[in-house]
Amino acid sequence: MSRLKTACTLAVLLSGSVLSTAQAAGTLTIATVNNGDMIVMRQLSQEFEKAHPDIHLNWVTLEENVLRQRVTTDIAMKTGQFDVVTIGNYEVPIWAKQGWLTEIKPDAAYDINDVLPSVREALTSDGKLYALPFYAESVMTYYRKDLFQKAGLTMPDAPTYDQIRQFADKITDKSGQVYGICLRGKPGWGENMAYVSSLANTYGAQWFDMSWKPMLTSDAWKKALTWYVSALKEDGPPGVTSNGFNENLALFASGHCGIWIDSTVAGGLLFDPKQSQVADKVGFASAPKGPYGKGPTWLWSWSLAVPVSSHQGTDAQTFITWATSKEYVKLVADRKGWVAVPAGTRASTYAAPEYQKAAPFASFVLNAIKTADPSGQTAEPRPYTGAQFVGIPEFQAVGTQVGQTVAATLSGQMTVDQALTAAQSSVTRSLRQSGRAK
Amino acid sequence: MAIKTKRSTKIAVTCLGWGIALWLFFPIFWMILTGFKSEVQAVSTPPKLIFAPTLSSYAEVFERASYWHFTFNTVIISVGATVGALLLAIPAAYSMAFMPSKRTRGTLLWMLSTRMLPPVGVLVPIYLLARSTHLLDTCTGLAIVNMLTNLPIIVWMLFTFFREVPAPILEAGRMDGATRWQEMTMVLLPLALPGIASTALLSLILCWNEAFWSLNLTSSNAAPLTAFIASFSSPEGLFFGKLSAASTLAVAPILVLGWISQKQLVRGLTFGAVK
Repeated sequence: MSRLKTACTLAVLLSGSVLSTAQAAGTLTIATVNNGDMIVMRQLSQEFEKAHPDIHLNWVTLEENVLRQRVTTDIAMKTGQFDVVTIGNYEVPIWAKQGWLTEIKPDAAYDINDVLPSVREALTSDGKLYALPFYAESVMTYYRKDLFQKAGLTMPDAPTYDQIRQFADKITDKSGQVYGICLRGKPGWGENMAYVSSLANTYGAQWFDMSWKPMLTSDAWKKALTWYVSALKEDGPPGVTSNGFNENLALFASGHCGIWIDSTVAGGLLFDPKQSQVADKVGFASAPKGPYGKGPTWLWSWSLAVPVSSHQGTDAQTFITWATSKEYVKLVADRKGWVAVPAGTRASTYAAPEYQKAAPFASFVLNAIKTADPSGQTAEPRPYTGAQFVGIPEFQAVGTQVGQTVAATLSGQMTVDQALTAAQSSVTRSLRQSGRAK
Repeated sequence: MAIKTKRSTKIAVTCLGWGIALWLFFPIFWMILTGFKSEVQAVSTPPKLIFAPTLSSYAEVFERASYWHFTFNTVIISVGATVGALLLAIPAAYSMAFMPSKRTRGTLLWMLSTRMLPPVGVLVPIYLLARSTHLLDTCTGLAIVNMLTNLPIIVWMLFTFFREVPAPILEAGRMDGATRWQEMTMVLLPLALPGIASTALLSLILCWNEAFWSLNLTSSNAAPLTAFIASFSSPEGLFFGKLSAASTLAVAPILVLGWISQKQLVRGLTFGAVK
């Protein structure tokens, strides 16, 4: 009898857990990443629920790569687990072409023209808008003003890569654990290859020609990669192949980097004394230029989209419209201060004198994002868009493959020539397998 | 001389034992320590051993996520999977240990071979099955997957423990008129209890720490502690302090349970080792 009781209790507990998971009508499940701006959105979303009592928000915070994998599975299999998904401008055009995303049609009050044109275009496919930008970023140069002053150096507003290298040499003090330059070295399409692709662009290199033949063994790629490897080997921190955005942020914030070239989103973190020991010593300049000078430029935006598998598309659009609106920016400014508002998306944010005062890097970021052009012209015609990535579905795999080869040059396992030759053949193989190249 | 050598060997073995124990425990110690640091201290180079401890990471972890919700799910999933697995594995191991056929050995090896398949290889079919049976993001769905994943190991362990029980004892029970069910429940199970307890504990630990299926088959309602930990990893911004605090909170219950039952666990694992 007691055995029967135990079995019944277990059955009730388990079935209870099934019943409790049945999603109530009006509940939106939002898949997001654990970034500072997203955390603020989650905290302030109570205001949205107050204004929309019929809509309840359910948050799922996932690691970036797990989020991509989960959301891809969910949408491809039409499970409908997520009503709002946080994705980047790499995914938006690809997923839109697959028919996975709902077209977004914000009303006049949303003022879509206030959204910076470069950001808006990156979320548009075939003239239709498929996501609303939550925050956006480009690339810029951060440097330590005190180290530059001590070495008698002046950082120009628009430095070149040759100048950056000279500065890095002069301010490196390995015995004092101060490294002239910190760059992404951790393998991954969104890690080292985001930076390396961007560097290659300004050296006149590109990933593919018009027939999707990889161009990784070109002289421009060789020059760009030689600069990268040599700068990091001579002036970079130890264990550079483990350093991604976060690790470099930690190194710079704790006073171990002289120069760091990375996302504009780091500005808010480096200027925050709670997170940075060098908050009062940070200087900033544009991203350096290489010999080619032109080329596509880095643009990334974390955006909110509604998958077609969502059963509550209308409510989901209401939420994403609220979370990316001018009113939301004002709400963040009122509750958390102007420095905490999502950056890089709206012209009205940058026009606010309070924001300009709170974020000394604001005009630089605005200029970087305004002029960011992921569709910029490469030295030779190309069949793809994207600056720090190639806007094709294969790039996640291909970029990570090449990222590992590039990391091997930093650890001394391969020379630059060997790495580029290996990358060329692996990318050729991958694109043939996917049927994109013949 | 002989005593001297014996003593020095003893000291060396003790030192080696302590060295290995400290080496194994160091990551856990570092995780606990990092949970009490600020984000800047957590990533400082060289790492800081002496610092002003803060509870800010714990405060943020509790503010951002419902720890108790994730813990409740983990307990339900782990206990459910373990109970289910034991209910299936005990009769299976009993029949294999005491009524072996010519296919028993092959069956045991085949069961174990399923553990060699990388879980991602069956992600799509399992996901589709969970979707069509409405078990996505439910504790029941994850408990079933965990149960099936751990079943081969549990059957193997119980089979090994049962084989240590002398068959004449069971025969004596049968002579006294016990049915197969009574023989298993009233004779075998009490004798093999330490082994069953350690198997159950191992299954609980495996379910508690399971991350792949947890992250892929749950989203919010049935998400366990592994999903709770993963949610503190950030692509942009410092997070080691909060991640360490979340990890400490997640492993604390199972660590305490393991500590309390370590005597039982060791007894179970060495059950039948010395005859």
